[in-house]
Amino acid sequence: MRLKALTAVTALLFVAACATPAEETQESTGSGTATTSSASSSTTASAATAAPAAKKMVKPAGPAAGSQEDLVVNVGDRVFFGYDEYTIKPRARGTLERQAAWLRRNANTTITVEGHCDERGTREYNLGLGQRRADAVKKYLVALGVSENRIATISYGKERPVAMGSNDEAWTQNRRGVTRIN
Amino acid sequence: MTVQIIKRVVSGRRFGWLVALLMAFASLTPQTAQALLKINITRGNVDPMPIALSPFFANAGLSQKMARQIPDVVGADLARSGLFRPIDHSAFIQTPQAMQVGPRFSDWRIINAQALLTGKVDIDGAGRMRVEFRLWDVFAGQQMTALVYTAPSGNWRRVAHLISDAIYKRLTGEEGYFDTRIVFVSETGPADKRIKRLAIMDQDGANHHFLTDGSNLVLTPRFSPTLQEITYLSYYRRRPRVYIYNIDTGQQELLGDFEGMTYAPRFSPDGNKVIMSKSTSGNSDIFTMDLRTRKTVRLTRHSAIDTSPSYEPNGKRVTFNSDRGGAQQLYVMNADGSSIKRISFGKGRYATPVWSPRGDLIAFTKFTGGRFYIGVMRPDGSGERLLSESYLDEGPTWSPNGRVLMYFRQDRRNKDGSGGRTRLMSVDLTGYNEREIITPTEASDPAWSPLASLPGRK
Repeated sequence: MRLKALTAVTALLFVAACATPAEETQESTGSGTATTSSASSSTTASAATAAPAAKKMVKPAGPAAGSQEDLVVNVGDRVFFGYDEYTIKPRARGTLERQAAWLRRNANTTITVEGHCDERGTREYNLGLGQRRADAVKKYLVALGVSENRIATISYGKERPVAMGSNDEAWTQNRRGVTRIN
Repeated sequence: MTVQIIKRVVSGRRFGWLVALLMAFASLTPQTAQALLKINITRGNVDPMPIALSPFFANAGLSQKMARQIPDVVGADLARSGLFRPIDHSAFIQTPQAMQVGPRFSDWRIINAQALLTGKVDIDGAGRMRVEFRLWDVFAGQQMTALVYTAPSGNWRRVAHLISDAIYKRLTGEEGYFDTRIVFVSETGPADKRIKRLAIMDQDGANHHFLTDGSNLVLTPRFSPTLQEITYLSYYRRRPRVYIYNIDTGQQELLGDFEGMTYAPRFSPDGNKVIMSKSTSGNSDIFTMDLRTRKTVRLTRHSAIDTSPSYEPNGKRVTFNSDRGGAQQLYVMNADGSSIKRISFGKGRYATPVWSPRGDLIAFTKFTGGRFYIGVMRPDGSGERLLSESYLDEGPTWSPNGRVLMYFRQDRRNKDGSGGRTRLMSVDLTGYNEREIITPTEASDPAWSPLASLPGRK
């Protein structure tokens, strides 16, 4: 039971890690959110679907609608924050608007928003900061019409980085709010 | 030699086995003994005191092994304190056997021993051990202190630490800290899937064992001042909450089921309460929970992140960190949450304030210019001193005598995930004697136990 759950989490992490650079580009360029995102998501989508399609010999559709993979590939599962900040940056708004639209389409899903920090802060403060980030994402989604009851939050502080280095690039990727389907 | 024995029965809840006998010798004249050997530990010690730790005398069997091991453990304790320099055994002239009638001080003066430890071990048929030690001032040719411990022979390491504490106390005038343990977070695996387990060990690294199995992320353990309990944060069922772990039974108990995250727990000095942060709607405030009545009291009400609370040892005030002024700074308030005052005003961010068991200082983590520091300041914010510096130093914990700080250090990590080694460090309050505490795995979040709760210790 536990093993199975672990495998699932690992798979998700892998997917998330793949998606990060695409999302990162989108956020750092900051040009028209819709166009960049559709460009980056279409490339990621084809890459991600190639393997399962070949294996299963089914029609080469994208990820199953309403799945975490669908969210990652076609919407963007994460937004990024400034150092010691928790405000939703203009560039993150587009991602959250797409997430809200996606949640309207997939009305039965509930989500958990994870708040994460980079390593340059004390453990306990970062738990508080991660929670702030998760709640900031939740508030934004609620303001966009998503029901509050569908959104749980959790803070991981600096405990679960996605990028390993002790450098600006890694810190930028680690200061994040990640939306996961329950 | 006339020997008068005063028997003291010690009845700790957990440590009922230990009986200490204080031997007062007719030949000991306190007024002369007092005036002699003394170490001042308030200054950075650049010249550790040379001390000879003779193997103890033993007749046969198991006791002979311990007669060597006990002084070795004592020597390691004293050397780690940075205040003593144990002299190499090969220089010793007089044998343990010969010293049964008393040391020949000239033999110890020529190797420049200022203090000399001698002792005797007997183990009876039932495995009960009797350990006697004497500490001598070599240049004055006088005995400074002497004690007898009886205990099951399996507890010989603890007896050794008690001897270290007695020597430290006799020579520095301060309580020792060797009969203590460290609870910490053992870390294994890559940074993005780090496995963290609660682990506990003696202050010298012996008797290491795990308390949790790593299936849940655990953080920030802290000892109860009165019971064999630890409060900590666990992600059990992916809900970060404060728990209490009973070291004797291994039971883990959720401390109140609140809607939001609870974190940053610490016991009150009387052990009756846990003070912690609770986060609801992204806002962290500090509150207490009474462990008997389960009543909670909210102490701060502010949209800032208020966390890392720590009580003054007399229970009257609480220090914590908050970003209510824009960035993290240290604050002090009354234990009821009234009259909140900011105490840190230096450059950079300040966090994790921990009140010294002596009450005179607050230790903290500071972050400025891309570097982390462990430092101390007075409770009014004056007299800031930084004791350690690295890429990431964090989370100080005090030795029970308030003279040593332990914390953890993390190196920079490379892009491929290598590096980033995380380990425990300690440094004296004087800023000297910084050293790594060796642990079987990488380690963080250390918490020092109080001195073992032995009513007869003092």
